[in-house]
Amino acid sequence: MSLELILSIVFGGICAVTALLVITRINPVISALFLVVNFASLAGLYLILNAQFIAIAQIIVYAGAIMVFFLFVIMLLNPESEKKFFSHKPYIKIFTVVIVAIVFVQIIYMIFLAQPSEELIKESAKSVNAGTIEQIGRELFTNYVLPFEAAGYLLLAATIGALVIAKKKFE
Amino acid sequence: MTILEIVAFTLIKIVIILSLMLFTVSYLVYFERRVSAWIQNRLGPNRVGWQGILQPFADVFKLLLKEDIVPEKANKKLHAIAPIIALFVAFSTYAVIPFGPELQIFNYKIPLVVADVNIGILFVLALTSLGVYAITFAGWSSGSKYSLLGGIRSSAQMISYEISMGFSIGGVLLFAESLRPIAIVESQSGWMWNAIVQPIGFITFLVSAFAETNRLPFDLPEAEPELVGGFHTEYSSMKFAAFFLAEYANMIIAAGLIVTLYLGGWQIPYIDKLGLPSLVETLLQVGAFVFKLIAVLFFFLWIRWSLPRFRYDQLMNIGWKVMFPLSLLNIIWVAILIMIFN
Repeated sequence: MSLELILSIVFGGICAVTALLVITRINPVISALFLVVNFASLAGLYLILNAQFIAIAQIIVYAGAIMVFFLFVIMLLNPESEKKFFSHKPYIKIFTVVIVAIVFVQIIYMIFLAQPSEELIKESAKSVNAGTIEQIGRELFTNYVLPFEAAGYLLLAATIGALVIAKKKFE
Repeated sequence: MTILEIVAFTLIKIVIILSLMLFTVSYLVYFERRVSAWIQNRLGPNRVGWQGILQPFADVFKLLLKEDIVPEKANKKLHAIAPIIALFVAFSTYAVIPFGPELQIFNYKIPLVVADVNIGILFVLALTSLGVYAITFAGWSSGSKYSLLGGIRSSAQMISYEISMGFSIGGVLLFAESLRPIAIVESQSGWMWNAIVQPIGFITFLVSAFAETNRLPFDLPEAEPELVGGFHTEYSSMKFAAFFLAEYANMIIAAGLIVTLYLGGWQIPYIDKLGLPSLVETLLQVGAFVFKLIAVLFFFLWIRWSLPRFRYDQLMNIGWKVMFPLSLLNIIWVAILIMIFN
């Protein structure tokens, strides 16, 4: 077995186990902790796929910033009623299982049964080095500069929106 | 070099750096106590061994022998995991900070950094952003109001100052055109130190580094008069020592980053003009790195024993209304410099 395969099995295993633990733990803070571990192992998988920038961005943005805010909210609100959510509404459980089963079948079909076209295989062979930061930077500022700038404006609008909401009254 | 040799050299470097870090951390505590005593015109610890030189060992043995108390209402597992996260983050960050140029010895070229990765600076940012969890979990799992307040304060503080820290690093990256720490050091050859070229960025980074390491004047997460001990109020024995170690290890990393990013790393200006043998030159440069590191660490201690603590609203105002715009200004300044001189 090659090193990549062993590492993918290890990180994939951690990923799957922690993902299960996230939805089975009753205490939301523990769930959040496992979600962070899950993000970290996902970053490991990205590293194996030679996508260093996405791996690090995954940790900085999701594990480092977003989850901290989640934890913040969980700790300050201490949501007791959420713990009994499913016992109060059993029909939501069935609904969730059906939706997840459909998505799961779709993914299995895409991975094992669908035949990828020749074009796609060629394209994906080219993208081996697409994940390095130099490559991403070059692509962002040449081919994808318009969507990049558009995303910038979107973020600016969101920032101004947050300011307006946070400011209680205008003088 | 074969793969086996690379692995062997890397393992040796890891062992050396880890043991050096532990040694430095314990003596940094001693150093801080002596310096604080000197600043306040006291004597400081001077009983254990010559001039108190064995004090760190005495402290560690004392902490090991103390009873480990876990509060009744604590979440036991998280309470134990939190100091481990703190230590892990503090010690693994050093992997990407270079402490010297390539060492040439017996036909081998050994880069004096544990891992020379092309996303080194982002790696540091990622790990420091994970460091928030240690404090947040410590605060929450203790089941005490003081701890929870300390933990929440610190996560708010660290998130706020991470932003100006990231933007100040942006200026450095514009100059170096790389995220590799070695390339960043090499871009500051001669007197082109980033601290001289972009002084605003240097100041914003320095202030953010103080805030990220929870040192005075930014030590609100553990403000003694208000929160007893903040997030580590309910910790005792070796678990407390782990937080203590992590704090000082974080100081060393912050100092190492400041030296690497702004003070020219291991470089001594114009040393290549002297024509020294390469081994001597390398050793001198490693010495220069250590000297700069100690100077920055002394600055950390000096500030702690000279300035009073900020109030919480002042802390947030400085972070968002002063440091953040200044770090943006620095990026514009660097961009203008590059436009003119390229």
